[in-house]
Amino acid sequence: MQMFPLVAKQAVVRRQGKVLAGPIDLTLQGQGVTIVIGPNGAGKTSLLKMLHGIVRLNGGSLSWACPTVEARKHQGFVFQAPVMMRRSVIENIAYPLRLIGVAKAEARLRAQDWAGQVGLGHALKQQATMLSGGERQKLALARALIRDPQVLFLDEPCASLDGRATREIEEILTRAAANGTRLIMSTHNMGQAQRLADEVIFVLHGKIHEFLPAEVFFASPATQQGRAFLRGDIVE
Amino acid sequence: MPIARSDAVIWIWQQPCYTVETVTPARRNLYSMSDLWGGLTQAFWLLATMDADLVEISLRSLRVTLTALLVASVVALPFAAFLVVRRFRLRRMTIAVLNALMGLPPVVVGLVVYVFLSRSGPFGVFGLLFTPTAMIIAQVIIIVPLIASIAHQSLRELWGDYHDLLISLNTTQFQRIQALLWDGRRALLTAALAGFGRAIGEVGAIMIVGGNIDHATRVLTTAIALETGKGDFALALALGFVLIALAVAVNLMIHRLSHTESEGRW
Repeated sequence: MQMFPLVAKQAVVRRQGKVLAGPIDLTLQGQGVTIVIGPNGAGKTSLLKMLHGIVRLNGGSLSWACPTVEARKHQGFVFQAPVMMRRSVIENIAYPLRLIGVAKAEARLRAQDWAGQVGLGHALKQQATMLSGGERQKLALARALIRDPQVLFLDEPCASLDGRATREIEEILTRAAANGTRLIMSTHNMGQAQRLADEVIFVLHGKIHEFLPAEVFFASPATQQGRAFLRGDIVE
Repeated sequence: MPIARSDAVIWIWQQPCYTVETVTPARRNLYSMSDLWGGLTQAFWLLATMDADLVEISLRSLRVTLTALLVASVVALPFAAFLVVRRFRLRRMTIAVLNALMGLPPVVVGLVVYVFLSRSGPFGVFGLLFTPTAMIIAQVIIIVPLIASIAHQSLRELWGDYHDLLISLNTTQFQRIQALLWDGRRALLTAALAGFGRAIGEVGAIMIVGGNIDHATRVLTTAIALETGKGDFALALALGFVLIALAVAVNLMIHRLSHTESEGRW
């Protein structure tokens, strides 16, 4: 199914009168990895949630190449603080398949396979809330990828993880991207952004400040704030 | 010569009250202690000999209460989950009313159910008054708001955790309710047990709609009320101890069956 391009026109999200993100004008094509960067509170999470459709638009429009209802079925989202359902690891991973009517036995089989792929094969029957931070993030990834989404949104999936866990998560993401999943991910880790990004969105004050191919952005950002952010200066 | 009523009252008022004066506080305590001790020993013997009447009313108490609990849980738990996931205009008011109804006076409930089930009432044709079914209906009405309110509190917290994930997974409202009920089942057990506690100890409503008929609608609480009225405090206390033991046993059994408080579970 052809989902892209994703086109946002003057899209705005507000909460209690305050603009969290927008107005956003953006066109995303169907290949590659898009990394969203920006200082804390710039609106990265709000932008991702807006594009995914978790939060409702308060203005403007957002459209996929296919009907939005269909588009939602082929998306996944990994949250910064992964939500662990009060179930075992295997039941957590199998849950999205059960929702779309896959038989229990088959769902568990596929969940077992995915758990193995993300390195959780040893903890299938363990309660999900007993997992470590890195393991939780892997579980969240497996749960998001088990439906083979065409687009995967990730909100700082490696925040507060150590180097080894970050590398393992990046390997999973690289494999997913190689298998054709479109990744749109926010991060504070500039090294990670450089390793993974095909294009970069620099967000500031809820708006898209720069949207450039990764090599261009990291070589010569178009704006003063972009340059300052890359230097590690405080950008307000 | 017959004395006037007011004179009689004055005569009684002027008499020295020997009973009160001769029973010292220490002796009164002794009587209370002997009642308690008598109740305990009688409870022990009633249980040890498996007294037929005791077994009958205990089983009826359990049957009525557990049936009411089951029906109330089937109504209250999904309703609580619905209130959590669904936004509608009168939602806040519904929650406020539900909380207020937790303190529903059982006697009033009994009276209303009595009116509805009495022969001249709208459901009189079913002939349910003074049957265990009428007692179950009254108990269900009393414990539904209690279970729904407590369940709502626990599910609201769980919904706070699950909200983004379930929206992101494109779940239907029914699937959200299912997920909350399943994953919150151990917290919901507390709500159900609170309902059980309220129902098994209930006396006012079931006395009115059940009638406390021997071998038909007599349960532990109504039997206690009856024995207290007759002045047989030891037997009343014995039944009370059995009631407490029964409530504790059922709670422990449910906790054991649902594996609460074990590692990594909720």
